[in-house]
Amino acid sequence: MDGMSFSEFGSVLIMQGFNGLSVFSVLLLMALGLAIIFGQMGVINMAHGEFLTIGAYTTYLLSVLSTQYAPWFENYYFIAAIIVGFGVAFVIGWLVEWLMIRHLYKRPLDSLLATWGLSLIMQQTFRSTFGPKEVSATLPSWLMGSYQPKEGIDIPLNGLFVMALTLALTCAVAALMYYSRWGLKVRATVQNRAMAGAVGIDTAKVDRMTFALGCGIAGVAGAAFTTIGSTGPTAGSLYIVDTFLVVVFGGAQSLLGTIASAFSIAQTNSTLEFFMTGSMAKVITLTTIIGILLLRPEGLFRLRVRK
Amino acid sequence: MSEKIVLSVENLTVSFDGFKAVNDLNLYVEQNELRVIIGPNGAGKTTLLDLICGRTRATGGSIRFKDDELTRMPEYERVRRGIGRKFQTPSIYENLTVFENLEVSYPRGRTVFGSLFFRRDQLLLDRIEEVARLIYLDERLDDPAELLSHGQKQWLEIGMLLMQDPELLMLDEPVAGMSVSERQKTAELLTRICENRSVIVIEHDMDFVKRIAHRVTVLHQGKLLAEGSMEHVQADPKVVEVYLGH
Amino acid sequence: MTITPSTPKNALPWWRAQLPLLVMSAVILVALPLALDLFRLNLVGKYLTYAFVAVGLVLCWGYGGILSLGQGVFFGLGGYAMAMFLKLEASDPESTKIQSTPGIPDFMDWNQITALPALWEPFHSLTFTLFAIVAVPGFLAFIIGLAMFKRRVGGVYFSIMTQAIAAILSILIIGQQGYTGGVNGITDLKTMLGWDIRTDSAKYILYYVNAGLLIAAVLLGQWLLKSKFGKLLLALRDKEERVRFSGYDVAAFKIFIFTLAAMLSAVGGAMFTLQVGFMSPSFVGIVPSIEMVIFTAVGGRLSLVGAVYGSLLVNFGKSYFSESFPELWLFLMGGLFIAVVMLFPNGLAGLTDSWREWQARRRARDLPRPTGAAPAPTAGDDTPPPSNLRAEGGAA
Repeated sequence: MDGMSFSEFGSVLIMQGFNGLSVFSVLLLMALGLAIIFGQMGVINMAHGEFLTIGAYTTYLLSVLSTQYAPWFENYYFIAAIIVGFGVAFVIGWLVEWLMIRHLYKRPLDSLLATWGLSLIMQQTFRSTFGPKEVSATLPSWLMGSYQPKEGIDIPLNGLFVMALTLALTCAVAALMYYSRWGLKVRATVQNRAMAGAVGIDTAKVDRMTFALGCGIAGVAGAAFTTIGSTGPTAGSLYIVDTFLVVVFGGAQSLLGTIASAFSIAQTNSTLEFFMTGSMAKVITLTTIIGILLLRPEGLFRLRVRK
Repeated sequence: MSEKIVLSVENLTVSFDGFKAVNDLNLYVEQNELRVIIGPNGAGKTTLLDLICGRTRATGGSIRFKDDELTRMPEYERVRRGIGRKFQTPSIYENLTVFENLEVSYPRGRTVFGSLFFRRDQLLLDRIEEVARLIYLDERLDDPAELLSHGQKQWLEIGMLLMQDPELLMLDEPVAGMSVSERQKTAELLTRICENRSVIVIEHDMDFVKRIAHRVTVLHQGKLLAEGSMEHVQADPKVVEVYLGH
Repeated sequence: MTITPSTPKNALPWWRAQLPLLVMSAVILVALPLALDLFRLNLVGKYLTYAFVAVGLVLCWGYGGILSLGQGVFFGLGGYAMAMFLKLEASDPESTKIQSTPGIPDFMDWNQITALPALWEPFHSLTFTLFAIVAVPGFLAFIIGLAMFKRRVGGVYFSIMTQAIAAILSILIIGQQGYTGGVNGITDLKTMLGWDIRTDSAKYILYYVNAGLLIAAVLLGQWLLKSKFGKLLLALRDKEERVRFSGYDVAAFKIFIFTLAAMLSAVGGAMFTLQVGFMSPSFVGIVPSIEMVIFTAVGGRLSLVGAVYGSLLVNFGKSYFSESFPELWLFLMGGLFIAVVMLFPNGLAGLTDSWREWQARRRARDLPRPTGAAPAPTAGDDTPPPSNLRAEGGAA
């Protein structure tokens, strides 16, 4: 790094750090959905990445449609895409739970294999529908450009937007899980299914809604994803291992843990990328997480409980 | 009964996030004694057994078994020193036969390689036959364990523990869900098996307790409330208070 | 009543009890070599190397309940160890004299590496290589198992961790081109101690060596499952706590079976390299690792012989469909995953067994029933009864 002044080096570090924040946002949105499904229901959804892809393709479709048929909508379609992306992923998640997942609650390892099969089918469906080539949505003009707080530092607006979106959604999920009546039902079902059923909670419905909600959030992650990368049939599956590690590392049932772990993983990776090749950065990040998990298998946060 | 003390629990405490499930508890069990632990729900009875067998780690205090301190010992070591534990719901291997269930519990071939090269011998067959007769299952040895009735599964688990010939046997609600005649047979079984070992039983059924107990310990909110013969304990006003409510 | 359960009443003669294994051996040793040309037979040989992984998974996953999604790691390590030896032999100074540094593998030369890395040095020796093929993956599995099972990491957590390890290794191999050959892997393998592995006769010999090793692996598995160890494995899959509180060090048993499965996979990997002539990261990562699980599931997770058939069938299907209807293949593969898990959790072995039971029931209905002779379940068969994931009978 010769020839680079200290302040230049600082700027690069800040921008690299900000890059990490965009990745963090997508990772966190993915992990939120997965943490709800895995942490609350104990189901491993290997097709979770494909729900991100659904959200991303939905955004792309809306982008293309609005460019072609409703140019006045071009500036607003992205907001619609977030909502529609959530809706589509939610409905498909609902169907998947009904057709498949609910039969496998007692066999978590098998649900893992079955959802892997589902992810293959979904990937091929994307490939047959949208073609193998990657596509990108056109960003609305208000998301282009960047914010320059100071000479040499460029912070892209889309990154800021995605972060704001992530923040809002995280708060919404936290509120839903911890302060709403529905969240209470979910937590009751998780702790004691039989008892929850006995006091009149429709546990099957709670499961289905929880699963669908997790998938819906992945759909929103997909919309956010289009602002930082282009979408291909396997876009989501590239995130699945990272996302699982985020959830496990964060301690599966702790929302705070999920946020902290998404942050540390994304930041470690993006900081290391500055010093070495992308693949080595990834290897070192993943190895570190595995190493820590071997020493501390319960993840970052976990309460000491009976049994 | 002025026999040797086998198990001494002293100042035992365990807390889960500040809640003390067992709180500064002292308990002594003698050789060949059949001790019954009673107490309302949440008194810490099952947690106490968990602490002794190692399923839960103690926060403080000591558990001594004969001459060994147990609190830091791995579970399997405690079993090998002579502690057997039956769980509340029958915990047997449903995919194996009754014979295999007993065989797998036999304390030889306990290491990986020991189990690979383990051979059935006459000693094992005799022992299985003896135990099977004791637990009323000698006609069912070749049946898969999943075909047994609930009560028979409870007996099978007791039999699996007897295969280990433990010096201290801990049974968590052994007659739960049993019919009257099964209870009768279980009481006989328990009196017979404590002839050469100490037994700790957790039980709610007071008639059953009266029939089997040498001494009774009453726990309440993780603490020792009363101890002594059944008559003594039943006469204790504190115990009456706890059981009959406020 | 005197008990002698070591010889059950309905014991079958050994050849009847081992019929599934005998048929399988006849198929791979006689029928397939007679029916197929060398190209196709070599393909079968390749599929049979995956069967080593599947046999390991039957033991580890079907019986032990430990689902590893990282078996490709061990398959790959075994394969790479073999490939490194063969590559060094193919890179003697004479045949690499046009390189800027003769005597090192070509891909190193392309990546401006000028001396053989220390890691490669010992692979000049065949003895060391053969040792490393089983020892390196075995040691890695031992360490992973030690760290995870001692701390009671199990179930889906274990699966996720092994999957991440598969991802790490494949990224590492692809990223470190100069040392590993990168995404292309190690190619252009020619001879083993001067013996050309590309000739027709070598291919036949390697096919039979592979088949022989595979049958030996199945026999090893059967022996293991028949011992007390086998019953304990099943016991700890279903009731881990009970086993622990019967005085067993549960972690040691899990570590052992996971390590053994890893070593079996590694043997498969080494045989793959020898028969196919190259090794690449595409056999290491997440996708191949999970595909190996489906071979096992299709064959029947509780059937050692089934694992072999599963590997053959799924791979034949894969090569047929991906040549003829590439679009359909992923749909089929995905559907297969779902169908096997949801509808036939005991795979092919479970299906044949249901059929046999149905036959037995029909026979029992047609014939006048001899008194007291209920149709006993055919203990000693390789295939498990269909009732949910029961153990195999005495013979396997």
